[in-house]
Amino acid sequence: MDYLFNEQQVMVRDLARKIAQEKIKPVAAHYDETEEFAWPIMKILADSDLFGVYIPEVYGGLGGGVTEMCLVTEELSKACGGIALGFAGTGLGTFPILLYGSEEQKKKYLPDIAKGKKLAAFCITEAEAGSDAGSIKTTAKKDGDHYILNGTKQWITNAGEAEVYTVIAMTDKTKGARGASAFIVEKGTKGMEFGQKEKKLGIRASATREVIFTDCRIPRENLISKEGMGFIVAMKTFDNSRPGVAAQAVGIAAGALDVAIDYARKRIQFGQPISSFQAIQHMLADMATQVEAARALVYATAKMVDAGIKDVAKESAMAKLFAGDISMKVTTDAVQVLGGYGYMREYPAEKYMRDAKITQIYEGTNQIQRNVIAAHLIKESLKASK
Amino acid sequence: MNIIVCIKQVPNTTDVKIDPVKNTLIREGVESIINPFDTYAIEEAVRLKERFTGKVTVITMGPPQAESALKEAISLGCDEGILVSDRKFAGSDTWATSYTLSCAIKKIGAFDIILCGKQASDGDTAQVGPGISTHLNIPQVTYVKKIEEIKDGKARVERMMEEGYDVVETPIPCLFTIVKEINTPRLPSLKGMMRAKSAKIVQWTAADINCTPGNIGLDGSPTRVVKIFTPAPRKGGQILKGDTTELAQKIGDLLKDILI
Repeated sequence: MDYLFNEQQVMVRDLARKIAQEKIKPVAAHYDETEEFAWPIMKILADSDLFGVYIPEVYGGLGGGVTEMCLVTEELSKACGGIALGFAGTGLGTFPILLYGSEEQKKKYLPDIAKGKKLAAFCITEAEAGSDAGSIKTTAKKDGDHYILNGTKQWITNAGEAEVYTVIAMTDKTKGARGASAFIVEKGTKGMEFGQKEKKLGIRASATREVIFTDCRIPRENLISKEGMGFIVAMKTFDNSRPGVAAQAVGIAAGALDVAIDYARKRIQFGQPISSFQAIQHMLADMATQVEAARALVYATAKMVDAGIKDVAKESAMAKLFAGDISMKVTTDAVQVLGGYGYMREYPAEKYMRDAKITQIYEGTNQIQRNVIAAHLIKESLKASK
Repeated sequence: MNIIVCIKQVPNTTDVKIDPVKNTLIREGVESIINPFDTYAIEEAVRLKERFTGKVTVITMGPPQAESALKEAISLGCDEGILVSDRKFAGSDTWATSYTLSCAIKKIGAFDIILCGKQASDGDTAQVGPGISTHLNIPQVTYVKKIEEIKDGKARVERMMEEGYDVVETPIPCLFTIVKEINTPRLPSLKGMMRAKSAKIVQWTAADINCTPGNIGLDGSPTRVVKIFTPAPRKGGQILKGDTTELAQKIGDLLKDILI
């Protein structure tokens, strides 16, 4: 399907595709096995200017938007959903600065992120604050010209590898969600440490660690927006980043579909390729249709965000929900098409299935996405009936 | 440092089909790319620019569509592209091609280093690079696998040999032909691609480069292609089985059949 991307977007997509197919695909299994962080690939992405696609030109980026970010994420995820997160996780960590940062903060951090000199990470999740982001325990206490951070953030993508961290912490516990604020913390700040690297089911090339703050003192200018805006910063960040997760899910599914089609054409049983059996053909047709439907939802949503439409929470949630769910389905079916070979780690199908699962879980579980969608439906209906 | 890279646009295949009747290359349906060997020359030129600062000018002689090869070179870090194109150049052999390119290079003006791929993947002659240096009357080193140093008007390079390599020192300006062992070409960058998109490619015809009419195109080409043919495909071999004595006997019989 042709989404009528503009010339720049096609250029971005084609370059990301070239890097994914030529540079990432051959090493995807290696990084999955070793769980190393793919710095050589990050270097290639940086040299190609891909880290800056969604950052305005004045800060050294290409001046694109969420569409460009999604195009890169999808293409990279076709080759490896884990390596793609070095890029997409940086986007998540950068959105708070892009959306709510001051001019000084933008000037200070965005150019290095656009060049790929620094990766970013977003820190909201804690042991007891997952879907219930309002119950964050990490605190930020004002002390003169500084804030002092205490608490532990959990399962932070790019943690330990990134240089720039956007952190949600409570400046006023009595106010609940309205007492949360967003901060920028640079790696190397005294009182900031990283936990052990987590061992995961999938996206194993992506680094996931705890970020531990112990009397971590950061200058007041690192506060993003105002005190009490943390929750809004986080929610708006997610509205912008969810199409990216959805694009990752589409990429993983599309990569698995390619593997399944290729295998079905070559695998001979009963004297003919299994692609000649209707049972396989119908599976492939369903898989391809689901991938395309999810892709359409992703880029329609991305287009809305880039057009400056304010409330995209429902559409973002729909894209993330649908793409995540079909990604799990399509990758599971890809393993099925490959049969016994699909189950073997020597073949690429099972990795896609392991990588897909996370897209139903992070940046809001797909159950939370349904809550968001339903809440909007009810709100819209109430409004209409008034 | 002023660096000039000479490139050629070639069909993207190592298995060029030949029209059995007309004895010409079948180019239909074959995508055009930068000669793979030239991509190493482009990369090395850009690396020289990064090492010593300066400017990289990329030049090609070819039909109008060769402009896309020059744009690609700009996306990879070259600064300026020059297309030398004229119907009068049609039919050029390696002599006329290197003469034409040398005239164009003279028009560019002062330069320090000229880089060429070691040969083109379609013609495989490896003659145009050395030809250019001869027409320009400057030194050449072929099969360069490393540029060690350029300073005080001299360059020291490693020339690949069948076993090992020579270290060659030459005054500059000079011309090097480059082997693929020298580097790993980078992928284009988005900013490079944007620059390439808006870049204006300089177009020079025969009238622009001060060349002698009798030295260009078919008239300037001493080479005459008498015949082009596709070698008959090799027939499959025969696998013999049995113990050593048996096999020796069979092979002996076969040889007798062939020779006698």
